[in-house]
Amino acid sequence: MQQFTVFMDIESSRSYIDELYSSDAVKVMEALVTLKNSVIGSNRQKSSVISQGVVPRLLQLMSEESLDPNIRLEATITIGSLAKGTPENIDSLIEKGTATALVEMLKTVPLGSKLAEAALCALRSIFSHKPAPVDALPADMRLLTRLTQIAREDSQEARTSVIRVLAVWCSGTVEQEALTCAGACSAAAAMLVVPPRSVPSPSRLVPALELLAAMCFKNPNVAQVALNTRHGDKSIPELLMCLVSRDKPLVVALKAAKCLTFLQRAGALPADDSRIVFGALPCLARLCTKENTEDIRASAAEVLAYLTEVDTSLQRLAAISNHLMSSLADIVNCQSAAAKQGAFKCFASLGANDEDIRKMIIETHGLMVHVVNGLNNPDPCVSLAAVRCLHSLSRSVQQLRTTFQDHAVWKPLMQLLNDSPGPELLNVGSSTLCNLLLEFSPAKEPMLDQGAVEMLCNLTKMSDPALRLNGIWALMNMAFQAEQKVKQRILCCLGTEQMFRLLGDSDTRVIMKMLGLLRNLLSTRQHIDAIMSEYSSQVMQAVIVVLEGSYPAEVKEQALCILGNIGDGEKSKDLIMANEDVLRKLVDYLAHPESKLQEAALFVAGNLVWRGEAGAAARQQRLAELGLLRALKLLRASHHAAHLHDKVKTALAQFNEFT
Amino acid sequence: MKLRKSEMAAIGSGRGTMDSQNQVQSDTVDRLKLLYPNVNEEETPLPRAWSTKDKFSYIGLSQNNLRVHYKGGTQGPGRRPHLPYLHLRLWMYRHGKTHRDAASVRATHPIPAACGLYYFEVRIVSKGRDGYMGIGLSAHGVNMNRLPGVGRFPPGWDKHSYGYHGDDGHSFCSSGTGQPYGPTFTTGDVIGCGVNLVDNTCFYTKNGHHLGIAFRGLPPNLYPTVGLQTPGEVVDTNFGQQPFVFDIEDMLKELRARTRVAIDEFPLPDEQGQWQQVLHRMVSTYLVHHGYCSTAQAFSRATGQPIDEDIASIKNRQRVSKLVLAGRVGEAVETTRRLWPGLLERDPDLLFLLKCRQFVEMVNGTDCEASEDGANGVATSVISHTGRPHKRSNGVAADAAEEGGGRDVDMAPAANGDHEDEALPLVKGMPGVTASVAALLPDRFEADASSQRASVERMLAFGRELYAMSQKLSQDLYHKSMLEDAFSLLAYSNPWDSPVGWQLEPVRREAVCDALNSAILESQGMQWSSPVEACVSHARSLLRRMSRASLGACAFADLSALLAR
Repeated sequence: MQQFTVFMDIESSRSYIDELYSSDAVKVMEALVTLKNSVIGSNRQKSSVISQGVVPRLLQLMSEESLDPNIRLEATITIGSLAKGTPENIDSLIEKGTATALVEMLKTVPLGSKLAEAALCALRSIFSHKPAPVDALPADMRLLTRLTQIAREDSQEARTSVIRVLAVWCSGTVEQEALTCAGACSAAAAMLVVPPRSVPSPSRLVPALELLAAMCFKNPNVAQVALNTRHGDKSIPELLMCLVSRDKPLVVALKAAKCLTFLQRAGALPADDSRIVFGALPCLARLCTKENTEDIRASAAEVLAYLTEVDTSLQRLAAISNHLMSSLADIVNCQSAAAKQGAFKCFASLGANDEDIRKMIIETHGLMVHVVNGLNNPDPCVSLAAVRCLHSLSRSVQQLRTTFQDHAVWKPLMQLLNDSPGPELLNVGSSTLCNLLLEFSPAKEPMLDQGAVEMLCNLTKMSDPALRLNGIWALMNMAFQAEQKVKQRILCCLGTEQMFRLLGDSDTRVIMKMLGLLRNLLSTRQHIDAIMSEYSSQVMQAVIVVLEGSYPAEVKEQALCILGNIGDGEKSKDLIMANEDVLRKLVDYLAHPESKLQEAALFVAGNLVWRGEAGAAARQQRLAELGLLRALKLLRASHHAAHLHDKVKTALAQFNEFT
Repeated sequence: MKLRKSEMAAIGSGRGTMDSQNQVQSDTVDRLKLLYPNVNEEETPLPRAWSTKDKFSYIGLSQNNLRVHYKGGTQGPGRRPHLPYLHLRLWMYRHGKTHRDAASVRATHPIPAACGLYYFEVRIVSKGRDGYMGIGLSAHGVNMNRLPGVGRFPPGWDKHSYGYHGDDGHSFCSSGTGQPYGPTFTTGDVIGCGVNLVDNTCFYTKNGHHLGIAFRGLPPNLYPTVGLQTPGEVVDTNFGQQPFVFDIEDMLKELRARTRVAIDEFPLPDEQGQWQQVLHRMVSTYLVHHGYCSTAQAFSRATGQPIDEDIASIKNRQRVSKLVLAGRVGEAVETTRRLWPGLLERDPDLLFLLKCRQFVEMVNGTDCEASEDGANGVATSVISHTGRPHKRSNGVAADAAEEGGGRDVDMAPAANGDHEDEALPLVKGMPGVTASVAALLPDRFEADASSQRASVERMLAFGRELYAMSQKLSQDLYHKSMLEDAFSLLAYSNPWDSPVGWQLEPVRREAVCDALNSAILESQGMQWSSPVEACVSHARSLLRRMSRASLGACAFADLSALLAR
């Protein structure tokens, strides 16, 4: 039976396909109509026709301006029908330049004609395919102006099609600005009007809302234009406000709330604007509730996450809106990756700033288990979102000590970070690690056993400064009041070479954290002596590099603090005393115009001249020779250093033999 | 003249049931009526204030019983005294430190189910000492010596009490322990409580933000309730007289849309017949009923619906209906008498209705007993000359009114003119109409004056006859007011622009036409109402039943909108 039909197809199609190439217009027309009728609704037939290579001929018939308009129309409709086939069908259509041909045609066909409508319809089908052939549509102002004119004036079908195409096409700043110049904002606004007493039609509204969202996304200029675009007596935000109401179809309300969100994030609307506070936000919170379908809830959570990402007042408002916490916890339970991702992102945004909200999130029934499961999710998007959520929650000291410990969240996190993570995951994950490694975090010990030090040291070698910063920051946190073996391990693993490389880092914050790490390593007397006995030359060299280099004052301050710490060591003092160069610098810094450097130098001097320690007198004498005493006296007399006078007096008091 | 007019208006408004269309809209719109249009307040009054009786004695009310404050027990609120520990405990005990100090008040009425979605808002004027405030709902008879939602120990003793408490943000459902629900609330906050009578759920709002559903499975007939517990606590209430902070209209729209979808998508069981056929039958019988003869025939040809009535009979009814609708009631009466002898004689009420309308049409100028005027559509009213509204400013009309005014004083005999002696005896037979009828007579003797005068006389004679007829009928309020309204038309120099002018509108003929049509059909042994109308009134009465049975969805089934589609 199967064979029989195939045979029939070829046999019956062959004849009219031959006719397509005829020079007789009537025969061509007949063949086109037969072809059109045969492919409508049959993917198999579409594939067969495409494989027979008729597409180029159809494109030719479609584009040839000298031909009978009816032939061109039939050819375009047939192309449009083929474009509704399988993804493979569309791929081969694109390959043969269909998209470009359609765009070329749109430049010339008369507006309002059936031909224009058919061409747009075909183009829309092709653009609905992923990836869309966006390159076929150049950012040419004349063309775009023509398209937006269609979007404003043409038939309903043509308007919807062109807006759909533009919404897909608009994917970057260039496209956004070009469309805005071509007047796409007002075209979209015109589509957003719902006449009173009529049922709002999603098929008309959704493409317009998508276009508007795509245009305003992270683009303050376009958002500002959209804010001021009016249709009739209403501005775009007011039109959107009508669409987020409860009696509108859910998908329309969702997309309208998304547009309002993008307008807000692009700076066109303040966070306390009533259309955000009473429009977009409650709408999104409502769409997250259990009554709605999974995909609506997933998208709503995702948009809400974006809306509440930075503003604390919106986070607080969302947290009490319509039981959002339990709605989100329920979305996390959904099967789809998109739903889980949306919910985790939303939790991450909500808990970003406010400790009370973090507490609410943690107290949401069974959430931590889901976060841990989310970390283990095979879908990288889900695990990334879960890490974001964890990162947000890890800002809470209380959570670090309790819930995080109970659920051993560090385990899956470490696993994720060791398992060749993507750059984004690495960034958020290492930021989370920084928090987990704060001294009070009980997770510190077990993480060391999992090779955290090695991993963090590797991070400091990354090309992305944010990752280097996270790595060195986490190491700094780890070294704070750590045991000596931990410190040794860090030093050993990081290596002096890498240490110097980091001191020369292009990012000042990295240098600061590196010096901070050295300070943390060189604390408590035994540790100082132990470490200095092994690394004295490198450490001293590092300090000198910084003090001599052209670093900002706060970096030099850190270096002086390290010297101060060294000066607190019993044997290490001698290392400083032996270095006349350093001592001279110290005296100079006491007279430095920057007050915080004076203070840091004072701290070093104070440690060195401290009485009652072996060799104090000798040190005092040596320092006095180098002019330290004079520098201190000057400092005492200085009006600018009034806040340091107590410390100066204490230091001078050590010199009683000399005064 | 002015005085006389107001006098007449007073008589005119003596009607028992006034048609709402004619009522002058009062300046203050009743917002509650707009919010809950399907509530029949005669049956189920809306809560509009707190009850002065249904409250615990510690509660004080003011500002039209919309403000609630805590006044405490015998001592009243006061500063916390400096007392030794034991006495302090005692003082605290007495002044709102324990649940025993809690006190609640209920609204005057329970929430009617026909509200569909009920909502009220409470503004916290002051949280007082501790802000132990509860807002919610309770059933009749629930103990008032506690906050809403809090039950006596053991929990559940007091059933049907629901509250949201300000101090901890918890929700309480007939128990002593709350569930975490929402944020806390305090001075300056506006807390709203909404009851969805379709789903029987309750939600709260804070400063216009929906906090989510707090309670499910609510019983019917709950009262809005607030409870306070410590001195200084004051709250104001908005039962809907003022605009709400929360956008309740948005939720109402949603419920309306939802109910509409539920109706549209209601599954129709197959065995209940062929819906297409039923609908065709309804349309066909409707057309036949109202005598749309040709349409009915065409429809019957197209759909194969049989017509149960003789075509000639339908045509006859159509003819009579047309006459009534054209305002030619006299002719309609004659035709009815001829075609269905004895019908009107058996139904004097109907005859009276027709005659009354005939009188109105005479004023209107569309009905003339003798059809020599070619009455169809041509306005031959005797009054039409004395001024339609737009002629008012016209100098001539004003003159006419003045002249008329000079003549139509009550003490007519003293006035000049030849016809007052004729006018007076006429009006004697018509109560409620003063001698001013004379004003209706044309002021100037023009060429056609004599014929006009004749028709006025005819009209007055007809009125007298009508009055005599009404005396024979059972004197119920309905007939009486109908006659009064009709006669009142004569009191105005411009009846169209008078408070009783609504009678002259052609749309008023329809009711008369329907009554006559129904009577004819009934006399022929057919149904007096069409199945469509039966269906609509059935639906209406079902909605009333739903309302009585506490089914809130009745609020959102908008019959006229459904029919209009």
